[in-house]
Amino acid sequence: MEPLHFNSREQRRKIRGITVLSVFVLLIIIMFAISMNTGYIRLSPLDVIRTLVGVGTERQEVILFDFRLPRIVISVLVGVGLGVSGCILQSLSRNGLADPGILGINAGAGLMVVLFVAFFSTNAKAPVLFLPFLALVGAGLSAALVYTLAYKRNEGLSPTRLVLSGVAVTAGISAAMIVLTLKLDPQNYQFVTVWLVGRIWGANWTFVLALLPWLLLLLPYVFYKAKVLDVLNLGEQIATGLGTAVEKERLGLLVASVALAGSCVAVGGGIGFVGLIGPHLARRLVGPQHEFLLPASALIGGFLLIAADTLARWIMQPYEIPTGIVVAVIGAPYFLYLLAKSQT
Amino acid sequence: MSFHTGVAANEEPHDKGKYAGKVRSRPFVASVVLLGGIAALVLSIAASISVGAADIQLATVWEAVFNFNQDLRLHQVIWELRFPRALAGAMVGACFAVAGAIMQGMTRNPLADSGLLGLNAGSGFVLALCFAFFPDLPFLYLIQYSFLGAALGAGLVYGIGSLAKNGLTPVRLTLAGVAVSALLTALSQGIAIYYHVSQDLAFWYAGGVAGTKWIQLKIMFPWVAAAMIGALILSRSITLLSLGDEVATGLGQRIGWVRAAAMIIVLVLAGTAVSIVGAVGFVGLVIPHIARYFVGLDYRWIIPTSAVFGSLLMVLADIGARIVHPPYETPIGALIALIGVPFFLYLSRRERREL
Repeated sequence: MEPLHFNSREQRRKIRGITVLSVFVLLIIIMFAISMNTGYIRLSPLDVIRTLVGVGTERQEVILFDFRLPRIVISVLVGVGLGVSGCILQSLSRNGLADPGILGINAGAGLMVVLFVAFFSTNAKAPVLFLPFLALVGAGLSAALVYTLAYKRNEGLSPTRLVLSGVAVTAGISAAMIVLTLKLDPQNYQFVTVWLVGRIWGANWTFVLALLPWLLLLLPYVFYKAKVLDVLNLGEQIATGLGTAVEKERLGLLVASVALAGSCVAVGGGIGFVGLIGPHLARRLVGPQHEFLLPASALIGGFLLIAADTLARWIMQPYEIPTGIVVAVIGAPYFLYLLAKSQT
Repeated sequence: MSFHTGVAANEEPHDKGKYAGKVRSRPFVASVVLLGGIAALVLSIAASISVGAADIQLATVWEAVFNFNQDLRLHQVIWELRFPRALAGAMVGACFAVAGAIMQGMTRNPLADSGLLGLNAGSGFVLALCFAFFPDLPFLYLIQYSFLGAALGAGLVYGIGSLAKNGLTPVRLTLAGVAVSALLTALSQGIAIYYHVSQDLAFWYAGGVAGTKWIQLKIMFPWVAAAMIGALILSRSITLLSLGDEVATGLGQRIGWVRAAAMIIVLVLAGTAVSIVGAVGFVGLVIPHIARYFVGLDYRWIIPTSAVFGSLLMVLADIGARIVHPPYETPIGALIALIGVPFFLYLSRRERREL
């Protein structure tokens, strides 16, 4: 292949990647604007702008700054985290059906959230910052459990058995959550059911503050490792042959993925399928190289969740349906489509 | 239709060649287990009636059943609340377990269960629609819509599962079942919230037999009885199907008809059960395997044993639901899932072939 030709193809890939990323940034901004206008109390675009520059009424300020904005910000952040987490899981397991929700990671985090809520009240400030740590522990434990259950010494890790174990562990942990909360504190029972259907419950600035540092810490690490993911995705032998410390890198990325999913789910509720769809769409749009695949998964995940959240508030006005329901209605058919297409 | 499955449950490979029509069964052990199961069931129903917010002596239970006195408050509690509840538990458990047994035998899929394969979620979805749009629909019609819902769920799962190139593997079916269930459950929840038909979303997760009325039992009984008799009549054919399509055809079974009849029975059983208790899974998965362990591979024994064991599990789980954290009721589906999930994992690991 001539170098010149190679360069132009490489260049085209870059242009395409950057275009896709910019389009999704734009889409998120548009959705952000629509989302600010949507809700039980309608604010016109003009009202929103006036409030943002500080000349709105006090009531409008409360609605926008205390209720709507934190929720929108949370939904974008959660979508970004889940998208990246799903992308890592899919690349590491080389399994198109991987998703933190399907693999039981979300459920493990959820169990910790429920225990947390049973022991502290939901609006105490200091413990909320501690919540992502707990979620990480829970998510890590259940990920380890799923991995152990799916692993067979002779056959290694089969993609479908991984998914099957994840589904079963999720069912078991969800049941345990219900029984446990009834035992610990029946008042929180409602909270568990709401968490399970995926309502974004932590919609205030404290939760944004609890989640943001994790994303700021983990996302750069993951993006920095994009090349490593490219190599790992080629398979263990090739990766070792190319001089990658496979076990070490894999563990680091897995922990990052679990931490991202755990902290997002801790504030977002049990939202599945975002980590499945985001990376798939991203792969179609920008190709398999993680340099663009990771940020594209992040942005698509963020866009999906902010769109789903806006839809959840808009579709059945004046009622609000949990965001997780909207995501499942979009995500489950997509999962079925992938399942029907898959070979193994 | 061909199902690329490992051999069902306890079946050992040599059985297949050696006995074409005569499968391993243990009539003596089976009779003992069946009778023991029935005795345990009667005892647990009695226990179920006496346990609750007001503890009632077993002697009083006996009195209330056989010598009912309208004026005694306890007798009324027993007759109007506890007794229908215990019977509903028993009936629903039998339905789920027999539906699971038939599905496992017919499709030779050890992971078959009405909850896992989308039937329960389908019923739940159609019931949610009924509650939302026809809130005054009599239970008789409700139960029939519930059958339709079960058919919808099963149709979606099998349809999507068979779209794939390598056909229907147990794992693919299970995964399709999970996704279809997730979709239908989400839709039911959306409907429930929008139309305020469900104050408590937990019903869609878990369910329970509390609050069952005699009238519901009377309506569901003929359906359940007919389906059970049908299942027993078909049981020999299901045994043959469980040996594989070639064997069954070779022995003169018209497998198309048997499948269709068996499927209708499964839909009636699952639909009825869901209309009473909600979408409870795993009963139909766990119980037939336990039954098979005791009575061998002949469905003439597996089906009645599954019915008795299923009833027993449900009645015991319902007692458990009341005593875990009184006075609150723990959702029965959550309790059963806690038993069912480890069992499911064990089954999916044990499978010899790549699932």
